[in-house]
Amino acid sequence: METTAEKKIILEVDHLKQYFKVKTDSLFKPKTFVKAVDDVSFQLFEGETLSIVGESGCGKSTTGRAILRLDEPTDGQIFFAGKNILELSKKEMRKLRGDLQVIFQDPFASLNPRQTVKQILDEAMAIQEVVAKPQRMDRMLELLRYVGLPPESLDRYPHEFSGGQRQRIGIARALAVNPKLIICDEAVSALDVSIQAQILNLLKELQKQFQLTFLFISHDLSVVRHISDRVMVMYLGKVVEIAEKKTLFDSPLHPYTQALLSSIPTLDPTLKRERIILKGDVPSPMNPPSGCRFHTRCPFAMEKCKTEEPALKELDRNHFVSCHIAENLPQ
Amino acid sequence: MNEKNKPILEVKGLKTHFTTKRGVSKAVDGIDFTLHKGETLGIVGESGCGKSMTSLSILRLIPSPPGKIAGGSVLFKGKDLVTMPEGEMREIRGNEISMIFQEPMTSLNPVIPVGEQIAEAIRLHQKLGKKAAWEKSVEMLRLVGIPSPEKRAKQEPFQLSGGMRQRVMIAMALACTPEVLIADEPTTALDVTIQSQILELIKDLQTKIGMGVIMITHDLGVVAETCDKVAVMYAGNIVEYASTEQIFANPKHPYTQGLLDSLPKINEDVDELKTIEGSIPSPYNMPSGCRFASRCPYKEEMCTSHKPELIEQNDGVKVRCWKYTDEWTGTIKKEEVV
Repeated sequence: METTAEKKIILEVDHLKQYFKVKTDSLFKPKTFVKAVDDVSFQLFEGETLSIVGESGCGKSTTGRAILRLDEPTDGQIFFAGKNILELSKKEMRKLRGDLQVIFQDPFASLNPRQTVKQILDEAMAIQEVVAKPQRMDRMLELLRYVGLPPESLDRYPHEFSGGQRQRIGIARALAVNPKLIICDEAVSALDVSIQAQILNLLKELQKQFQLTFLFISHDLSVVRHISDRVMVMYLGKVVEIAEKKTLFDSPLHPYTQALLSSIPTLDPTLKRERIILKGDVPSPMNPPSGCRFHTRCPFAMEKCKTEEPALKELDRNHFVSCHIAENLPQ
Repeated sequence: MNEKNKPILEVKGLKTHFTTKRGVSKAVDGIDFTLHKGETLGIVGESGCGKSMTSLSILRLIPSPPGKIAGGSVLFKGKDLVTMPEGEMREIRGNEISMIFQEPMTSLNPVIPVGEQIAEAIRLHQKLGKKAAWEKSVEMLRLVGIPSPEKRAKQEPFQLSGGMRQRVMIAMALACTPEVLIADEPTTALDVTIQSQILELIKDLQTKIGMGVIMITHDLGVVAETCDKVAVMYAGNIVEYASTEQIFANPKHPYTQGLLDSLPKINEDVDELKTIEGSIPSPYNMPSGCRFASRCPYKEEMCTSHKPELIEQNDGVKVRCWKYTDEWTGTIKKEEVV
């Protein structure tokens, strides 16, 4: 791949698997697993925004949690700045979390309701030992300025803020430790559109200012289109397509990506599009279909799709797809 | 055609207030709209604008106390639902006017098979035997596109997926062929591919039954796809009321404009999104002038002191903004003279 030489890889996920054991009702029945993430590999370049999109249960959030080691992955390797983070001790991992930060969907659930903003920010800096105690006050005021909150906010509690402001506090906390990579897990999904736009602008601005790398996990394709450089589409624990944003939105190759894109409501009521409506629901990840996992809902499924699992192949420059049909299409 | 022009639901000056320790919260503060047969009206707005409270008020499902319908009327086929005795209201609820909610899991009984729950609703409003009601409920499940409905009817809600549960809710809501369906964020909790299935289903059934639909949503995309008319709400008021084409082609109210501008577009690249500065006013302490004034880029002195009315323009669009009145033209002229 040419881009690998040009850009520096900050994070590499290699054959990541995350299985969760399911309780069985009998001792003699075989153990069953939910294969939330099943053999996922991708790279993240320094300074870019890679989005992971997909429907509920596709494994996008699980991937994010595995990278932070909030859940211990079943198998695979994760390299951050060249180090295999799955081999790090708890202490080393805590240190590394200074470089790896996360912003969650619900800022109210991820902020301690009994701590003032000052305590929240102070604690983050104390754990990572990034700023010496005497300088922390100045740093806190600086952080508030970056995220657009007034200095008086320091002595207030999370419940005194609106949803958008709380998300700003979450962002300030993530920034407090000078991270390199921020995982945004549905960071704007709970916000109203006018507030969502404010937060998206803020994230973009901060990325430029601090050369941040974002792993942006979202189900909202219009938001993804706005913020990403590259997009990865997941379905039932598998990567189905990875491409540059423009390529993915203009010429998606995987039938699932095509259906996903066509199901987004447009803002133009006069435009009547040809819509691909998928039949049925997403199958259970406990018992995923054989072969290509999408074949039960795919409008083009062939015999081969039912038995043989397609590999993720680079069909075009930097455009990876796992689909038997797309492979055989004339380029 | 004449039948079609007669509104089935007319909301006039509806006010819903909540009395709490902090004071009176005017969640819905004087709204008017009409719904015709076979028509879909969208009510959009951000959290706290009063859109859900409007729908609950129509069916008189406001928790009371602290809530209270403080004024106005809701005329359903000429009868006022606000003053109707509870007994009569119960006959209309779920029968002639039905509602679907955002989260089907909380509106279904978790320990009763879904088929039985639908049958219960049918038996409550129609004179049908147990067996006939069950058959009707299986038929409804088939109508909303649930595969092998005989088997599914015997299952409990947790055995169904989110999309299927929402289909069950729709089946239940439509079992008595209502004349009005109120859908409160029916697809917000669903994935996009399932969302398009459900929206398609509602549209399909609407043409079959000919009911009027009130679609309450925060998603402007859903509105563009499904609605004929749109009411945009802000802080308990309707600020713009027009046909879907007009709203999207030529939004008039600064809030509607801001809302549309702040959405990332799927077919358009911009570096920075436009935003609406500030946030909504507290419902306990509404400004006396225009409620959007503090966030409005066109604000004039009169906007903070006097509240504008919802006024119909030449093109039929109703808008609550001083900018579209003669008074405003006056201020502009004055400025030009200076």
